[in-house]
Amino acid sequence: MNPANYLILAALLFTIGAVGVLLRRNAIVVFMCVELMLNAANLTLVTFSRINGTLDGQIMAFFVMVVAAAEVVIGLAIILTIFRTRRSASVDDVNLLKY
Amino acid sequence: MSATASAIAAPQVLAQGAQGTIDVPAIQYSALSPILIVFGVALAGVLVDAFAPARARRGIQPLLAAAGFVAAFVAVVLLHARRQVLAAGALAIDGPALFLEGAILLFALLAVLLVAERRLDSSGGAIVASAAITPGSPGATAQRSSAAVQTEAYPLMAFSVAGMLLFVSSNTLLIMFVALEILSLPLYLLAGLARRRRLLSQEAAMKYFLLGAFSSAFFIYGLAFIYGYAGSVSLGRIADAAGTVGANDTYLYLGVALLGIGLFFKVGAAPFHSWTPDVYQGSPTPITAFMAAGTKVAAFGALLRLFYVAFGGLRWDWRPIVWIIAILTMVVGAVLALTQRDIKRMLAYSAIAHAGFLLTGLAAANSDGLSGSLFYLVAYGFTTIATFALVTLVRTADGEASDLSQWQGLGRRSPLLAGIFAFLLLALAGIPLTSGFTGKFAVFEAAIAGDATPLVVVALVTSAIAAFFYVRVIVLMFFQEPGADGPIIVTRPTLTYAAVGIGAVVTLLLGVAPQPLLDLAGTAATSGFVR
Repeated sequence: MNPANYLILAALLFTIGAVGVLLRRNAIVVFMCVELMLNAANLTLVTFSRINGTLDGQIMAFFVMVVAAAEVVIGLAIILTIFRTRRSASVDDVNLLKY
Repeated sequence: MSATASAIAAPQVLAQGAQGTIDVPAIQYSALSPILIVFGVALAGVLVDAFAPARARRGIQPLLAAAGFVAAFVAVVLLHARRQVLAAGALAIDGPALFLEGAILLFALLAVLLVAERRLDSSGGAIVASAAITPGSPGATAQRSSAAVQTEAYPLMAFSVAGMLLFVSSNTLLIMFVALEILSLPLYLLAGLARRRRLLSQEAAMKYFLLGAFSSAFFIYGLAFIYGYAGSVSLGRIADAAGTVGANDTYLYLGVALLGIGLFFKVGAAPFHSWTPDVYQGSPTPITAFMAAGTKVAAFGALLRLFYVAFGGLRWDWRPIVWIIAILTMVVGAVLALTQRDIKRMLAYSAIAHAGFLLTGLAAANSDGLSGSLFYLVAYGFTTIATFALVTLVRTADGEASDLSQWQGLGRRSPLLAGIFAFLLLALAGIPLTSGFTGKFAVFEAAIAGDATPLVVVALVTSAIAAFFYVRVIVLMFFQEPGADGPIIVTRPTLTYAAVGIGAVVTLLLGVAPQPLLDLAGTAATSGFVR
C-alpha cells in the first residue's frame, strides 16, 4: 500500500483537530482536539520513517507521546481548577480578560 | 540527550542483531554545565518542597534558586570561548547560545528577587498561599492574608529556565520541541498562581495552556514534514538538504510554515499574539516580568537559530513572510496599546510591538541583524523586568493599581518612583540616552543594510505611535492631581527596589555607554552559529 495515503490520513486528522480547537466550546474537548493534532503528527513521523527508511521518526514519536502525557497532567489540572471555581468547563465562560 | 543519540545509533543496533550494544556518544558535561546546574536546582527544589517544613521552605527556596542561577551564570562566563556541537549533534554551544543563556540567567535572577518579595502588603507577596483553594469558598478570604505561600513557584521557575537554556542551544528540531515544552509547561502553571484576582489568574492559565498546546501541535507537525523532507531533524542536515534541488519541496515549505507558526506564537507576533495581553494581565506580576523577558529571549534565540542555520539558504522565500508578520506585529501592538486602560495590558501590547521591532532584525538576515537582535533582547529584558517590578509597587487597598486612572498623580505622591517609571517608559519608547534607543538603532541599521528599508520606515512610524501612549502615562503621573483612591506606595520592599534599581541602572548604562555589550554581542554574532 502506498505510504502517502497515511500522510493524507494524518493531514485529515490534523485538520479535524485544528478545526475542533477553533469551534468546540468545552475545554476538555478542545484539549482532546489538540491531542488529535499531536497524534496526527505522530502518524506523519512514523510514515516518513517508513518512507525514508530510517528509524528516527519512530523514536521521535515516543518523544511526542511523553510530551503529550506531560501536557495532559498540566492541562487537566488547570481545567479542573477552573471547573471547580465556575462549575463549567466551557471556554466561552472564561471571559473576564478581554479587549 | 542520550536518547537522541540512541535514535541515531538505533539502525546499527538492529543490524548488529543480538549483540545489543549501543554506541554511547561522548558527552562533554562541562559544556552542558549551565543547563545541568539549573535542572539540578529544580529537582533539589522539588525535594525541598516535599520534605522541608513550610516555614523553612519560604527561606530556602528563593536562596536555592538564586544560588543556582548565579552558579549557572558563572558556568556560562567560564565557557565563553567554547564553540562546539555536543551530544551527537543534539546541542550547540556557540556565541549566540552562550550570550542568550547568560541573559536568561540574569533575568531569572531578577525575577526570583521579585517573586521572593514578601513586604508588598500584609499578605506574603504575589504568589498564592494555596492554589487548590477555590475562589469564593470560605477558605479563600483567609488565604488572601495568610503568610503561607505556594513555594512550588521556585522549582517551576527553575524548570522553565532550564527549558529556556536548552531552547537557545538546541541543534535539532526534536530537542527544540522538547525544550519548548519544558519551558512552557511550568509557565502555564505559574500563570495561575496570583494571590489576588484569582479568577483572572486561572483564566490566564487556561488560555495560555490551550493556545500554547495548540501552537506546539503546529510545531511538531512542522517537524514531521521537515523530517520527511530532509530525512533528519538536525539543523545542519536540514540546511544541506534545503540547498539541493529536491522533489518534495512542498514538504519543506509546509514544514517551514508550521514551525514558524509555533515559534511566532511563542514570541507573541501578530496574528498569533492574542494570548499575550490576557496572560500578561492575569499572571502574578513577577511571573509576567519573568515571562516577558525570559520567554522572549529564549523564543527569539530559537527563531534566529532555526531561520539562520537550518533555513538560511531559503532566505529569499521566508523573508517576505517575515516582513509581513513584522509589519503586522508592530502595527497591532502600537495601535491596540493606545486603547488600553489597564497598565499591564498596555505593557503587554508594548511587548507585542517590541517583538515586531525584533523581527526587523530577523528580516535583515545578516550578521549585524543577529548582533543587533542579541543586544536588543538584553536591553529590552532589563527594562521590561524593571517596569513590571515597579507595577507591583503601586498599589491600592485591594492589590496592584491596575487601572491607569489609579496612577494619576503618582509624581506628587512619590516623585522618585514616578521618575524611574517615566525613565523606563522612555526607554521602551526608544528615546536617546536609554538602552531602548541603542537597541532599536542597532536592529534598524542592520535592517537597512539588509535591504529592508521599507520595514524600518514602518518601524519608525509605529515607534512614534507607541511613544504617544508611553508619554500619556507620564503626563498622567506628573501633571494630574491624585484621585481620592489614589495609589498607596509600599514601604521598604527591599528586593523589589533592588530589581527596579538594577533594571533602571542597566537601562541607563546601555544607553550612555553601550559599546562593551555591543562588542560582546558582535563577537558572539560574528563567530556565528555552529552546526
